[in-house]
Amino acid sequence: MTALSARASWSGQIPGIAAAAIALAAFVLAWKALVVVAGYPVFVLPPPELVASRFVSAWVDGTIAPHALRTLYEVALGFAIGAGLALVAGYGLARLPLAERLLSPYLVAAQATPILALAPLLALWFGPGLTAKIVICALIVFFPVAIATMVGVRAVDDRLLELARSLRATRWQVVTTLEIPAALPAIFGGLRVGVTLAVVGAIVGEWAGADRGLGLLVNLARGSLFDIPLLFATLLTIALLGIVLYAVVVFVERALVGAR
Amino acid sequence: MTAVAPSGRIELQDVAVSFPAGRDARLTALDGVDLVVEPGEIVALIGPNGSGKSTLLRVVAGLLAPDRGEALLDGHRIDGPDPRVGLVFQEPRLLPWRTTASNVEYPLELVRADRTARRARVAALLETVGLEAAARQLPSQLSGGMRQRAALARTLTLEPEVLLLDEPFSALDELTRERLNLELLAITANVPTTILLVTHSVHEAIFLADRVVVLSARPGRVVADVPVELARPRSLADLDAAVVTATAHTVRAHLGEAAA
Repeated sequence: MTALSARASWSGQIPGIAAAAIALAAFVLAWKALVVVAGYPVFVLPPPELVASRFVSAWVDGTIAPHALRTLYEVALGFAIGAGLALVAGYGLARLPLAERLLSPYLVAAQATPILALAPLLALWFGPGLTAKIVICALIVFFPVAIATMVGVRAVDDRLLELARSLRATRWQVVTTLEIPAALPAIFGGLRVGVTLAVVGAIVGEWAGADRGLGLLVNLARGSLFDIPLLFATLLTIALLGIVLYAVVVFVERALVGAR
Repeated sequence: MTAVAPSGRIELQDVAVSFPAGRDARLTALDGVDLVVEPGEIVALIGPNGSGKSTLLRVVAGLLAPDRGEALLDGHRIDGPDPRVGLVFQEPRLLPWRTTASNVEYPLELVRADRTARRARVAALLETVGLEAAARQLPSQLSGGMRQRAALARTLTLEPEVLLLDEPFSALDELTRERLNLELLAITANVPTTILLVTHSVHEAIFLADRVVVLSARPGRVVADVPVELARPRSLADLDAAVVTATAHTVRAHLGEAAA
């Protein structure tokens, strides 16, 4: 057995979960070492065990939960609305050349404008409630999903479209039995990007003015509460929210796209 | 006309087809093709590259409207894909996300056939083409020959009176190809089917067809119509018969003129 294949089989024997645990342990140890060696005060970089205990206590005493639920709600609704509209728009962009020529400059301009700059404006228009955050999430999700859908639908094999035509498929049958299934892997590429951006959108929206949400909690922990471990616990919650939502999208993708 | 005329008669009258080729220019693929295929007859189209063989098939399939002349099916002008006409493409064109059975079922799904009738028909066809064991496999798991069998089964689901074959087995190795040709003859011998097939192989044309029609180089015209005096059912051993050699000689002579 050569050294190369020995190494390959060695790494193949470590289950993914174990590898992930080792990587996580290494990250936490490096963090701890940095705090100890550099001697940062708690308000600059709290040690990992303090963040962990604050994370647990803040979840147990109900400090984080209502904010996390609100943010999850905004992200889910904004993602669903933005992705839904983007699927329709992406299809239109793919199949109507005029639509692409007319609309793509606006799409790109909207995407190039930092959401951070738009958030205060949207907060002004829609107030501090849910609506502004849902609009921001939908906006930020729209572009990657619309472009992915457009690319995916355009890549549908012309020969399969001719097959459908020879079988006298209706326009709608072509969409449902051919174009959507064929474009699904590309669409999910866009949804994966979109769902993580939706979390960013919600936080930025809350930052610009909110009565509840993880973005607000970040502001509170840093400002009036001056509870830096809570700030880190909130950041951890945001990261976990992103990871869980991403995993949900990947799970749905596996179920729908499967092996081909 | 008799009350119960056998159906599946193809008639082409002075058919011409051209394609746009750059600015203001048009490429003439077919120019004045006259051809009659009687019900139940098997006709092979052969000709040099660019003689418009596939174009001619697409006209009969209703996928392409001629610039001039008329294409008739049982005396009626062909103005679009017709359920009585089945087309087998050069490539299998299976939907990669569907199993073999589901691919074969696809045309029945598009015409919204009854679900139980669909299942029964698919099972029977898979048996006909010898793919029962591969029913639940995806196209990527099938060999080239199996894919093309599945494509043939898919075309047969709607019980076409006319079968159009566009070099359906040309991508396969010689042995698989001969076997599939034999199976094709066996399958279609039971049901009276008019067959118009495009091939590059003189021997394949003679083995399968009642007549071999030779097309000229672009623009395509009929330059010869050679009858094949070989009794049915045919076997591979017939390929060594003197008639075959003589017919092949005649066809080749015409092909030589056609290419010139």
